[in-house]
Amino acid sequence: MADTSAAPPRGEEGSSLAAVQDEPEFAELRRRLRTFVFPMTLAFLAWYLLYVVCSAFARGFMAHKLVGNINVGLVFGLLQFVSTFGIAYAYSRYARTRLDPLADKVRADIDGGAA
Amino acid sequence: MTHHILAVDANTHRNISIALFIVFVAITLGITLWASRQNRTAADYYAGGRSFSAVQNGLAVSGDYMSAASFLGIAGLIALTGYDGFLYSIGFLVAWLVALLLVAELLRNSGRFTMADVLSFRMRQRPVRTAAGVSTITVSIFYLLAQMVGAGALVGLLLNVKGEGAKIWTIVVVGALMIFYVVVGGMKGTTWVQIIKAVMLLGGALVMTIWVLAKFNFNLSSLLGAAAEKSGKGASFLAPGGNYGKTNLLSKLDLISLGLALVLGTAGLPHILIRFYTVPDARTARRSVNWAIGLIGAFYLMTLALGFGAAALVGSKAISAQNAAGNTAAPQLAESLGGGPGSGGGAVFLAIIAAVAFATILAVVAGLTLASSSSFAHDIFANVIKRGQASEQDEVRVARFAAVAIGAISIVLSIFARGQNVAFLVALAFAIAASANLPTLLFSLFWRRFNTRGAVWGIYAGLISSIGLVLMSPICWGGKSSTLPAGNATALFSKTIEAPFPLQNPGIISIPVGFLFAWLGTITAKEVASATKYAELEVRALTGAGAH
Repeated sequence: MADTSAAPPRGEEGSSLAAVQDEPEFAELRRRLRTFVFPMTLAFLAWYLLYVVCSAFARGFMAHKLVGNINVGLVFGLLQFVSTFGIAYAYSRYARTRLDPLADKVRADIDGGAA
Repeated sequence: MTHHILAVDANTHRNISIALFIVFVAITLGITLWASRQNRTAADYYAGGRSFSAVQNGLAVSGDYMSAASFLGIAGLIALTGYDGFLYSIGFLVAWLVALLLVAELLRNSGRFTMADVLSFRMRQRPVRTAAGVSTITVSIFYLLAQMVGAGALVGLLLNVKGEGAKIWTIVVVGALMIFYVVVGGMKGTTWVQIIKAVMLLGGALVMTIWVLAKFNFNLSSLLGAAAEKSGKGASFLAPGGNYGKTNLLSKLDLISLGLALVLGTAGLPHILIRFYTVPDARTARRSVNWAIGLIGAFYLMTLALGFGAAALVGSKAISAQNAAGNTAAPQLAESLGGGPGSGGGAVFLAIIAAVAFATILAVVAGLTLASSSSFAHDIFANVIKRGQASEQDEVRVARFAAVAIGAISIVLSIFARGQNVAFLVALAFAIAASANLPTLLFSLFWRRFNTRGAVWGIYAGLISSIGLVLMSPICWGGKSSTLPAGNATALFSKTIEAPFPLQNPGIISIPVGFLFAWLGTITAKEVASATKYAELEVRALTGAGAH
């Protein structure tokens, strides 16, 4: 998978894995990962906790009927499913387009250097 | 079928159940023997040769995760108490986002065989591996006990046999089979058992769900209405509060405490984490988690239909007459769909679902035995006792002995615990995983300063606080209290003394304690974390360079 043609020979080829951490491309990879996963984790945990707190403390609201026998609690619960599927999809697309190509590039440089 | 309904006696479904279960066992034993011929290296034994595809591992993850507690337990909880069972489903599903976003790929890239590989990567090996091994084995054995005692209790109900002898024999047979799968088949054999089980469980649940919905013309509202009416509780059956947080503020906090453990525990369960090593690379791990999220999500949506379907068609009275905890709701629903008790169709469908339930238990206990024996061999034996000097063959040999020993211990403990109400052990396993394993895992991967003392303190503090709080909780002390005005009649130690800690779920305290001590240990240690080792871990985790 690694696109080795994109790895032109460089000066510091013998660098160990640890030294890669200082390179700007790796710093960018880490930045992209963290700016997506940290806020997203806080967001879905907050959304989930809101649901649990409502289940404990806002029971009248959760029992409020919307259509027929379908109440807010059921819809809120089903929305947790929807958001979980949606976030999994969004992360996978983000990883495929924004993380994987950069990770391949950094790795190709490492493999090129180790060869 | 409809023209030749057999005369049904009480034993018909038992015989069909046993026949189906024997077919499942025969197929899985055959696959296990086939897998044993492929097992050559340690990577074969621990990680199935890292050769599974995303779909295969997604199914196996689902098979490892969807325990009898989720299939029978949640359906039963919904059938008896209504909406509150759904809270479990949601926590169990949302939890997968923690695994997907923060753990699965990084773990796959930086570890080899066990959770401790990642935790100890940049730390002093022996103390961290000891702590992680203790935590892995504790979580796995608690979870194992819940499943095996559950199997013993279920067999009497599902197969219509009475007496303590049947329970004991079930526990012994389940234990012997799981030991065989793990010792002979290693990760490859165990993975196939889980894949087959997942297909059976999802297929069985799907047929029942469609059947239930068809009875209500695919109108969810009328299904819910029928369930609410038959429950005798009316609209409140469809809203939160039927089971959790009924009395005061503390009991509501107990619900939040449970919710926290469910959502944060999954990504710290060792038997789930090691599944990410069975695929070739991090991207396959990511895709397999996506498959698992889709399959597990679909399954929990179906449990909603099964639970409310059982409430509407079987009724809580008939369910609690069979099993007070509601664990037989799904099989009883199958019987009702097939034509009701005493009918040929009812007996056949009950038998199928009963066989699925046993396949479910068997696959989960095999996964747990594998996780705990792998950790013993790879962490405790090879890296703590032999200080990394053990040969691969020795390590795998020890892993097999450990699987036999852990299996035997679990059988004996389950036989002694067979009369106890041990359903709380599943929630406790999640609480320990969230309190002891997740903080150290996240700090290891994302916090540069994190060091050996932080890892060791975090694990032990999370482990001791979660178990300690349960030992002081109403689960063990059943006296009347503000949270349990009626007391707990199934308390383990005393039915009359009031529990010193009022909550049944320790997570709300023990999870912050785990994080706090991991932080406190880190900042008070004289040892300075190795910047180079962290750099190496981070580069490996994010790029997959040098991955096994």
